[in-house]
Amino acid sequence: MSYQPLQVEGELLSNKRVGAYHLITIVVPGIPERIRPGNFVALSVGGESTSTLLRRSFSVYQAQERGLYGGTLELVIAAHGPGTRWLAALAPHQMLNVVGPLGRPFPIPKDPVHALLVGGGYGSAPLFMLADALRQRGCRVDMALGAASADRLFGALEARRVTNALSIATDDGSLGVQGRVTDAARSILERSSIDVIYACGPMPMLAALSTLGAEFDVMVQCAVEESMACGIGICMTCVLPVRGSDGVVRMSRSCVDGPIFAGDRVLWDSVGTVPEETLGAPKASGH
Amino acid sequence: MTSIRVVPKGGRGVPVEVNLDTQLGALSLPSPILTASGCAASGKELSQFVDLTTIGAVVTKSIMMSPRSGRATPRMAETPSGMLNSIGLQGPGVDEFLEHDVPWLASKGVRTIVSIAGNDVEEFGRLAARVRRAGDSVIALEVNISCPNVANRGLVFACQAHSAAEVISTVRRNVGGAFPIFAKLSPDVTDIVEIAQACVDAGATGLSLINTLLGMVINTETLTPALAGVTGGLSGPAIRPVAVRAVWQVHAALPKIPLIGMGGILTGEDAFQFILAGASAIAIGTANFHDPSALTRVQNELSLILAERGFSSLQDAIGFAHRKA
Ligand SMILES: Cc1cc2nc3c(=O)[nH]c(=O)nc-3n(C[C@H](O)[C@H](O)[C@H](O)COP(=O)(O)OP(=O)(O)OC[C@H]3O[C@@H](n4cnc5c(N)ncnc54)[C@H](O)[C@@H]3O)c2cc1C
Ligand SMILES: Cc1cc2nc3c(=O)[nH]c(=O)nc-3n(C[C@H](O)[C@H](O)[C@H](O)COP(=O)(O)O)c2cc1C
Ligand code: FES
Repeated sequence: MSYQPLQVEGELLSNKRVGAYHLITIVVPGIPERIRPGNFVALSVGGESTSTLLRRSFSVYQAQERGLYGGTLELVIAAHGPGTRWLAALAPHQMLNVVGPLGRPFPIPKDPVHALLVGGGYGSAPLFMLADALRQRGCRVDMALGAASADRLFGALEARRVTNALSIATDDGSLGVQGRVTDAARSILERSSIDVIYACGPMPMLAALSTLGAEFDVMVQCAVEESMACGIGICMTCVLPVRGSDGVVRMSRSCVDGPIFAGDRVLWDSVGTVPEETLGAPKASGH
Repeated sequence: MTSIRVVPKGGRGVPVEVNLDTQLGALSLPSPILTASGCAASGKELSQFVDLTTIGAVVTKSIMMSPRSGRATPRMAETPSGMLNSIGLQGPGVDEFLEHDVPWLASKGVRTIVSIAGNDVEEFGRLAARVRRAGDSVIALEVNISCPNVANRGLVFACQAHSAAEVISTVRRNVGGAFPIFAKLSPDVTDIVEIAQACVDAGATGLSLINTLLGMVINTETLTPALAGVTGGLSGPAIRPVAVRAVWQVHAALPKIPLIGMGGILTGEDAFQFILAGASAIAIGTANFHDPSALTRVQNELSLILAERGFSSLQDAIGFAHRKA
């Protein structure tokens, strides 16, 4: 079940550098208690007279219902474009307009299953709340984190605390084993009987894990990242081809129908195109 | 009549009643604030942030006869004070729309203006006839003629007076004499007044101005167009002066024709510019992406600025900037 989103004027409490990322904490009454693992929030950026009007979406890393200053959200920001660079440079007390919770959360099994959580880069951010929730259900939680380099691997220390077993892989070998997180995931699947995989990270990683899941007959819940303008379901920019339970392929909005999709439902090879079998796909004659 | 009590700045705390009622031909609305087609889906998502019964009407995303996948991604690129989009009219098709979306809006008591788009003139006619029978919650049609005419080398209907008029007269024939229809015009024309006049002569009740401007962004990392559709529609505050100019010119030429003004409205002051230029209603598009409460906020800000400028009624301000000194 998801809560209805709120739009709240928040205040930046702190902004800390963590490796290549910025960990920002926002006091934002009303939203933290509604957050479920996998939900995201959409922030406006650039201040009052901004010329960058579109919202920026971020997974929630931690949601604290009450702290010293009221409910807080913690987000992990990778600065790359104008909006994320603006966020990364924010000083405490700056006001920030926040919309959330958004998107469908990770489905949590009723039974105490054995789960593997896989994160790539800042994609690990939503996995910590998820690990807590799974462990409260009595699940065994293994985690595999990967990134290009140690500074881009978010939450390695924290991961030890919330998991039963942790594997780390970096492309350059600066932390954990050298290699891909998908290889780490494969060796975990080979040696233990995993019931479900939860994954968040770059699209190629999600695609590879979905293939692995099919090979090992394990369900993969993927948190996708598509370019979003609104985050609330009204602009239709954030779509990707997804097969519904009725077997029909539709261009689904990742902000409201996702961001969590079952890996075997997404037509990974066709992301960025409109596959011919999509409902209402252009005929050969064109639209 | 709904009026909003506002206390203008420097008004010494005396509440002023500002009457926001507006008139689009025979159609009376309690507020001039509408959603812009394609920027509010069919209302459900925005209803989490805005009480949609308090605005003038929801204008739904342009619907076509058949389901439509829309274009590949990327469909969007942010631009200075705006955005470029190439959604490609993704939608469920008119059957599902009339089965789910319109009844939902009706059940919530939301006044609804349905936007239609066709691949050819005949599709517009069939859509108009279908929507006309959809029930009382649909109070008007907006005819999105800013889409390509498949039968005529993909030329946009709204770019030629005769093809714009052909669509509008076909729609008029299919909905009968009195039903309000608004032709939505493209700003990408040499003389927007000529197109406006042709649509009115063909039976349009009023005009919606403006649709997006055709634009393009090139990604300097991939060295390719930023949008999968190569070109896209530019919207947001970046286009506001173009939109205000279009409303101004059309109102000057056709002062009796009701206009729905839009293009880059972000605040009540922006909306007020369109009213002063001659719009009887205004629509909010891209601003909803920035601020999902924009409809309510702009409505309140518009009341306030009307009061501050000494208008007790919206109607008195419509076209006010055209008055002779
Ligand atoms: C569900 C979800 C969760 C996310 N979680 C995180 C997170 O925890 N940490 C983090 O650093 N980033 C996260 N992102 C990515 C983040 O939203 C983008 O990096 C950011 O919006 C880019 O903004 P910009 O101004 O830097 O770039 P620009 O390219 O200037 O952005 C322009 C527009 O495109 C959109 N956009 C561009 N790239 C992306 C993208 N990759 N994803 C979504 N929208 C994009 C922006 O929202 C904006 O509307 C997440 C994205 C999604 C969809
Ligand atoms: C994402 C997006 C989708 C749109 N879809 C439609 C549409 O389906 N039909 C239509 O008539 N106009 C469509 N428009 C145009 C808007 O209704 C409006 O005319 C234009 O964006 C200018 O207003 P704005 O600057 O407030 O957005 C769309 C605009 C955007 C940004
Ligand atoms: S981001 Fe606007 S519909 Fe998904």
